[in-house]
Amino acid sequence: MVEVRLDAVSKVFARSGDPAVDEVDLTIRDGEFFTLLGPSGCGKTTTLRMVAGFYFPSSGRIFFGSDDVTRQAPNKRDTGMVFQNYALFPHLSVAQNVGYGLKTRKVRGTEAKRRIDEALEQVHLSGYGARRIDQLSGGQQQRVALARALVIRPRTLLLDEPLSNLDAKLREETRLEIRRIQREAGTTSVYVTHDQAEAMAMSDRIAVMNGGTVQQVGAPEEIYRRPANRFVATFIGRSNVLSLPVVGAGPEQVEVAGPDGVTLRAAAPEAHGLSESATALVSVRPEHVRLTGLDAAGSLSATVVETEFTGMSTHVTVDLAGTPLHVAAVQLPAGLTTGDTVGVVLPPEHLWVVRP
Amino acid sequence: MGGPAVSVRTEPDAVTSAETPAAASARRLRSGAVTGSRWFPYILVLPLALVLWGYIVQPMLATFSESVAENAGDNYAGFFTAGGVARQSLINSILISVASVVLCGVVGVAMAFLLRRFQFPGRGLIEAIILVPAALPPLIGAISFQLLYSETGILPRALQQLFGTEEPVLAVSGIAGVLVVHTFTMYPFFYLAASAALRGLDPSIEEAAYNLGASRLRVWRTVLLPMLTPAMVSGALLVFMTSLASYTAPLLFGVDQTMTMQIYINRTNGDMPLASTYASVLGVVSILFLLAMRWYEGRRSYRSLSKGVASHRREVTNPLGRWLAMLGSLAGVAVLLAPVATIALVAFSRDGSWTTQVIPSEYTAENFRTIFAEPRAFEPILNSVTISAVATAGIIVVGVLIAYAVRRLRFVGRSLLDIGVMLAWALPGTVVAINLIAAFSTGNAFSFGQVLVATFWIMPLAYFVRFLPMVFRSTSAALAQIDPALEEAARNLGASWPRAFLTVTVRLVLPGVVAGALLAFVHGVGEFVASVLIYTSQTEPISVAINNSMYRFEMGTAAAYGMLQVVLIFVVMLVSGRLENGRSSRSAREATQWAG
Repeated sequence: MVEVRLDAVSKVFARSGDPAVDEVDLTIRDGEFFTLLGPSGCGKTTTLRMVAGFYFPSSGRIFFGSDDVTRQAPNKRDTGMVFQNYALFPHLSVAQNVGYGLKTRKVRGTEAKRRIDEALEQVHLSGYGARRIDQLSGGQQQRVALARALVIRPRTLLLDEPLSNLDAKLREETRLEIRRIQREAGTTSVYVTHDQAEAMAMSDRIAVMNGGTVQQVGAPEEIYRRPANRFVATFIGRSNVLSLPVVGAGPEQVEVAGPDGVTLRAAAPEAHGLSESATALVSVRPEHVRLTGLDAAGSLSATVVETEFTGMSTHVTVDLAGTPLHVAAVQLPAGLTTGDTVGVVLPPEHLWVVRP
Repeated sequence: MGGPAVSVRTEPDAVTSAETPAAASARRLRSGAVTGSRWFPYILVLPLALVLWGYIVQPMLATFSESVAENAGDNYAGFFTAGGVARQSLINSILISVASVVLCGVVGVAMAFLLRRFQFPGRGLIEAIILVPAALPPLIGAISFQLLYSETGILPRALQQLFGTEEPVLAVSGIAGVLVVHTFTMYPFFYLAASAALRGLDPSIEEAAYNLGASRLRVWRTVLLPMLTPAMVSGALLVFMTSLASYTAPLLFGVDQTMTMQIYINRTNGDMPLASTYASVLGVVSILFLLAMRWYEGRRSYRSLSKGVASHRREVTNPLGRWLAMLGSLAGVAVLLAPVATIALVAFSRDGSWTTQVIPSEYTAENFRTIFAEPRAFEPILNSVTISAVATAGIIVVGVLIAYAVRRLRFVGRSLLDIGVMLAWALPGTVVAINLIAAFSTGNAFSFGQVLVATFWIMPLAYFVRFLPMVFRSTSAALAQIDPALEEAARNLGASWPRAFLTVTVRLVLPGVVAGALLAFVHGVGEFVASVLIYTSQTEPISVAINNSMYRFEMGTAAAYGMLQVVLIFVVMLVSGRLENGRSSRSAREATQWAG
């Protein structure tokens, strides 16, 4: 239970020469469930492996609380890691796997047995101790891996895409389970995933990474509602990003010229640095766009290109003055089909200016 | 270097792997979908079974009945009487084999770790040539070690001169010499097995152990060693079997009291019943090891492959370490290439000119000129090529058909067919020769009533038996990699069964077959162990000519013959490396074996 701090950490692999992780600064609070989220190759796993000690940073420092662990061997760091493929020892039983870390910590005898039983109970695998690893299902193996990491009461729990080998339903159950266990133990946790829904559902805070750098750090809702840049806006959920000319700039908002000569007002982060005649990137979520009749106040006219019924809502793609715009509508105007002209309302409270 | 001439059967392949889609459709295919008729398999299999029975099993039984025909009690009692030659030979053979296993295990596993786990200057070079000593034909390989390390060898004499001592320094002789040869030529069994196991080892398993607080030593003890055990056990079984069958090393280092040497000595003394007794005992021990190996391979091995982070070689970074590594690599390269270099050097020496000098003093190309110019000197080459070609032709036909039958057809006795071929693989060359002598010293149905002993035909027959497993295994490995769904797809697209079989299956298996056939041929050209018991002056093959030249102290001529074998081997290895490039690279390894 400790704060984990990365201070300008970079990692350059000799072979490629390009930094896989570039000047990453992060502070993961004590007891927090923190997620590194990004597409594959964004440097999230490399970052996690530096925290675990499997790579040493090329530059920068890593702290657990006040301990500088930058170049400490992985077996001295006291982290518990859950690997993507679980990395269970195939030659040991379930109980021996869970007990491995206890042995290295010289916890033996009845104390070890008690803690192993406790850990297995925590992941609902009581009575499975004598089983061989290949006698377990994927989900059970996943839970053994979690028990093995938690039983040593690590300073930090590191999870490297632990759910990616499970099927969709099991994945949702297991993520609740992981979160419950982590809350009970109160262990500072770093979780790596490329699945944004998983990240949103589980995390206290998320760092969105791309190309080796951190794009934005924040609570799930903040990242969703106030994405810092175009990458975050489009990677987290679906988002429309419209390039519109600025006609008026305030400290926390800008006015932009929409199609049909309509002026739109969009919230913008402080120090957005936009001035008149610049182009602003305005993001709006599909579910915030409203489809109306053509006569509704403030509506823009657009042509329906495609509709796609998904059950919960209908995804409609409209052509708005030559730009495709995605709309998620719970209710459609009656009889709407491809080629129809509709009114589109972009509510100012949901327009948000992002950086490029 | 493409296909190492040494193989290790660590990968349990389709026999033990879990049910894959390919395996599932293989079953579908076997159950008669291909050919319709339920009897078709038996029509194909019957002649194959007869071949295996007639030339492998029946000769073995003939040897046994020869050994018990007269005073059987005395023949076998020797193995139970203390102080007797028979008992001592068995003990020696077993002790040599055990020592070989230990030495090869240490060297092979250490090499595997060094090359798999560390990055240091010279690593790539060492890895490229690590199998060279073992790739030499058995006789010329053993001779090269004799020329290098025995009392009259280059190294001990060089050290003697360097230190000005009375006696050669560090010379090996007798059993020690045998062990040197065994270590250098058999450590690849361990090296390849351990190397494959290390490559197959999921690096995150080791990382998990470190993450849980284990020290380097502890990770070794509790994770790496247990996970490498299957590889090491199969390596040990292979080395033990091969050492037991080893004949050239004891011959050259004059260790008479081993099983193989006693077979040879008794046969040349005309005591065929006693030779048969030794052959029967050695044969039974080899078969027991074959069964042990099959049983062990049937058990699971710990292979898990993840798409996670690839294992990194640890870079040796400290400057002193780098220098040491560089020196070590140079020494390693020298040691690995020394045998071939010695043969090449001696091949250009004038016969009889090398007496007490460190290296030969007079050089000439005469030896090669003689071989190619004089018909009598060229004859062994012609013999070897003819015999090997005839044997290889038979091997291709029988080997491919057996592989197809075992892999793709369903019939009663499928595993017997498999075991029949493996029997040929397990029997030492010496035993194969004795078996054929015992079976075909009178005519029988399988020789069409002819006596084969002391004729040309017993030679290709012996090669056929010895090297049949190579084509069988390369073909069967290639077949195992072909998803029967491909053939089904061809049929779905309108091809008839023969057309689908020819254009898809045969086409895809071809590289494996060719690689196996090339290996069989090349091993035939290097064959010595069986030949020396059955050749006549008309059928003298290259290796026997080498041996006879050595007896006449014509080392130059012997080495020149040897050099030709070596060149042929490396050319073939390059070719089959090309062939096997890509998806079926395993079949070459599966096919090859050390034919000592």
